[in-house]
Amino acid sequence: MRSVILQTATRLMVGLIMIFAFYLLLRGHHEPGGGFAAALVAGTGFALFAIAEGPAKVRAAVRLRPTLIGMPGLAIAALSGMPAVLAGKPYLTGIWWRLGDAGGGALTIGTPLFFDIGVFLAVLGAILSIILGLEEH
Amino acid sequence: MDGEQAQRDDSDMAASSSAKHGADTARAGLYTAVLPLGLLIGLVYCWPAVAVGEVLRLSWPWIPAIDLHLQFRIDGLALLFGLIVSGAGVMVTLYSAGYMAGHPRTGRYFFFLHGFMLSMMGIVTADNLLLLFVFWEGTTVFSYLLIGFDNESSTARDNARQALLVTGAGGLALLIGILLLKTAGGSYTISQWMADDNGIRAHGLYPFILVMVLLGAFTKSAQFPFHFWLPNAMSAPTPISAFLHAATMVKAGIYLLMRFHPLLGGTTAWMCTLVIVGGITAVWSALQAFGPLDMKRVLAFTTTMALGMMTMFLGGRTAPVLTAAATFLLVHALYKAALFLAVGIIDHEAGTRRLDRLGGLGRAMPLTALAVAAAAFSMAGFPLFFGFIGKEIMYKAALAEDMFPLFATVAAVLANALMVAVAAVVLLKPFAGRRPAALPAVHDPPWTMWLGPVALGLPTIVFGIFPEWVSGQLIEQAVWAFHPAREEVVLKLWHGFNIPLLLSAVTLSLGAVIFGLRHPLGRLMTGIEARLPLSAGGTYDTGLQLFLKSAKATTNKLQNGSLHFYLTIVLLVLVAAVAWPWMQRGVLTIAWPDPADHFSALGVVVVIALGTAVVLVAKNRLMAIGGLGAVGAGVALVFLMFGAPDIALTQLLIETLTLIIVSLVLLRLPPLEAAKKRRTYRRVMDGALALGAGWVMTSLLLGVLQHPLDRSLTAFFAGQSYLAAHGRNIVNVILVDFRALDTFGEITVVVLAAWAGVSLIRKTKEPS
Amino acid sequence: MEGVLALLVGLVFAASIYLMLSGVLVKFVFGFALASNAVNLLIFTAGRLEHDRPPLIPVGAETPVGPTANALPQALILTAIVIGFAMLTFLMVLLYRTYAETDTLDADDPRLMDETPADDDDHGDGSVPQEGGRS
Repeated sequence: MRSVILQTATRLMVGLIMIFAFYLLLRGHHEPGGGFAAALVAGTGFALFAIAEGPAKVRAAVRLRPTLIGMPGLAIAALSGMPAVLAGKPYLTGIWWRLGDAGGGALTIGTPLFFDIGVFLAVLGAILSIILGLEEH
Repeated sequence: MDGEQAQRDDSDMAASSSAKHGADTARAGLYTAVLPLGLLIGLVYCWPAVAVGEVLRLSWPWIPAIDLHLQFRIDGLALLFGLIVSGAGVMVTLYSAGYMAGHPRTGRYFFFLHGFMLSMMGIVTADNLLLLFVFWEGTTVFSYLLIGFDNESSTARDNARQALLVTGAGGLALLIGILLLKTAGGSYTISQWMADDNGIRAHGLYPFILVMVLLGAFTKSAQFPFHFWLPNAMSAPTPISAFLHAATMVKAGIYLLMRFHPLLGGTTAWMCTLVIVGGITAVWSALQAFGPLDMKRVLAFTTTMALGMMTMFLGGRTAPVLTAAATFLLVHALYKAALFLAVGIIDHEAGTRRLDRLGGLGRAMPLTALAVAAAAFSMAGFPLFFGFIGKEIMYKAALAEDMFPLFATVAAVLANALMVAVAAVVLLKPFAGRRPAALPAVHDPPWTMWLGPVALGLPTIVFGIFPEWVSGQLIEQAVWAFHPAREEVVLKLWHGFNIPLLLSAVTLSLGAVIFGLRHPLGRLMTGIEARLPLSAGGTYDTGLQLFLKSAKATTNKLQNGSLHFYLTIVLLVLVAAVAWPWMQRGVLTIAWPDPADHFSALGVVVVIALGTAVVLVAKNRLMAIGGLGAVGAGVALVFLMFGAPDIALTQLLIETLTLIIVSLVLLRLPPLEAAKKRRTYRRVMDGALALGAGWVMTSLLLGVLQHPLDRSLTAFFAGQSYLAAHGRNIVNVILVDFRALDTFGEITVVVLAAWAGVSLIRKTKEPS
Repeated sequence: MEGVLALLVGLVFAASIYLMLSGVLVKFVFGFALASNAVNLLIFTAGRLEHDRPPLIPVGAETPVGPTANALPQALILTAIVIGFAMLTFLMVLLYRTYAETDTLDADDPRLMDETPADDDDHGDGSVPQEGGRS
């Protein structure tokens, strides 16, 4: 399916979709969103891109092979449980660090964030590999 | 080391393709003799204490909940068996290093060998019945692996399977017996059996316990009618035959009978069964020993005979009878292991172990000949050999049996006379006479190989001359370990002129006569065996075939490849299993909502129902996809309306992606219009089943809704979400923090499914 | 409202079973998709629909203010949706491969039962068509 309108629109859209996905990922801990939803949004974006421009362009844009996204995703999720073990707590217990001053503007970063990033990458890798595989065949 | 002896009529050993590697591992195998040697030294260290009646114990908890503990004890009986196992273990390991040199799989061989030996040591030292059973199964498994060691031979595999099935079934029977024993109020701890008479013999379960335990012992020790597996198990490498089938494994059944004697023994049922079964086994096997030409098979039959004799004497309940069993155990282990190892030497050096192809080896291999001579004289029971002591006490015991003393005596004399003849055959045929021209030049093997038979042959003479020492140091405590009456046990070289001595003389002369008639007897036995209408081995074969056939028929019936059949079965079970309990619970009611309050929600429900109907009746792919989309979007709306924006969002995104993927695939598949229609009767049946399953789901859900919801988990998550996990979106916090391990499992599934999907796509060619 | 949804769940589930029994493998996949939806609705409904406010903690508060929807079934359903999607995708690909191998998507077609690959030149892995043929 080659359509100039679709291709032009897609170029505009895909960037926005990716930003939206990133936004969903980061805000997931406090508002609706999170790794699953973000990965699905990003996956949809890439699917759109693949339909408009063909899977080869998507591969070129992503650079990494899809399995090289999914597997590190699993690894990040698995590793995010380790700090808890090092701290003597059960595996995958959330560990939090406060950054910045102790006032109202302090930023807390915790292992669940990395876990969610792992979820995002794993699901995105899975979707990408299937869609690209089917498109190419 | 004589690897050039290439001609072998039946090969224990593979060709020396990787001779270098084989030699290396064989040398490494030599060093593994440290293991049995260590055990032997340990036992010898314990010996003085045990000889004066001490019982050494070790205990650690394992699974206390089922009363299973790592309890070990060394008493006289464990010492006797342990010495046999570890002593034979040392000899067999050394011997194997020479025998297996050049074999490509020596590493595996030594692993199996020592695994077996440790299991055997476990059996004889375990003080906990369940622990004993674990080791018992260990010997079954390792013996299976060892008998089938030549795994490229289908005969070896069949024989291994036969041994596994027979002894494995016996092991299960033993387990049942053990559990019944516990039910009947018995203890798993063997040490407690001696202490008090806990009334097992009077318990209603006693007959069942007895049958099960005896089944275990009889299968392991190859008693009639389970005797057939042992001669077939001779497809194991010869040192293994020596170890498993002469010195150790088959003795495990005897050990079991001895251990259970104070608990179950001494009743009429026990005595009758053991005396009759043992007697039949002894005589029948001794007769069969004249049939085959393969020396290993001959020895296998004599082993079964020996086991029969021991079983017969364990049917008694007085000290002399039980002493006969314990003494003969040691006598037999010594001479039989020596003979097996010697047969291995002959096979290894001369390239054959067939009696009709051997002769005149005595001059060429004097050490081997001497060892065999000592063993054979002991087997025949000549004075000054340990076998004589064993035979004297046997006759004394047979005359003193509580049950059927006449039968026992006749059986003992007959079997022993046959043994005399077999001993003569085994000694004279290979070593005396002229050498057949076809036989290559032979000589004694390296020291690792002759050490075994010689070291085992020597005690048969020493013990034969000094029997008092053996009885005082070893046999007495062994008998007392399972005979609480503690009657005096003495072995003597000279008892004076009495009936046993007379019987000994009768035995030797009868043996000489039988030796003269051995050829007609052998032909007779072969003929009888061929004409028997029902043989144990044949029954086993028929049973196995029937079992395999019925298994195949069942599988074909149940796994017939029909998706419809599988689904129907699953659904019928679902409907029946869930529906029945639900119907007992009474009427389920539906609280109808006020249409005005839930106007939009009811509208969404209608959309979902309509979408479902569209999928159901869709004539083409596009309609079906549209219907599915409506259902998915409707479900997302339901989520959104009832406070679940997270899953509503996910659901909508999934709908989009599903649409993309389903379209991508469906475009390449045949259109729905081309699909075959179901016949009407099948539509009705399927529809009824589907409605039933749907009704199950509805009633399940209604049932759930009638009960109050336990919100404690939700309350915990809501309360801790921000305070403990720093997140305001409780759903997300549950996913990435509280239940992160679940989520991790789920994303693993997702990645694996994608991985599998991609590999499926890659290999697919374009549909035609 | 829960009662109505219970009836709806039963209806969707019955439809999905009817499709799965049809013997047409494409319809089987449709049935599978419907079943996923039905089960998700079932879990959701079992968690009660009393409150329509999402389970979020407002800024400034430490616990949810006032009653909110049940968060636990939502978390369960969220992963169930994604897993259901992964399974559906896998089924679609399996269908595709099956059709390429056997040239049929009729579950009662003997070609589907045939456990040897359609042609054996480039299919080193005989296991895959077997599995595909059975489902």
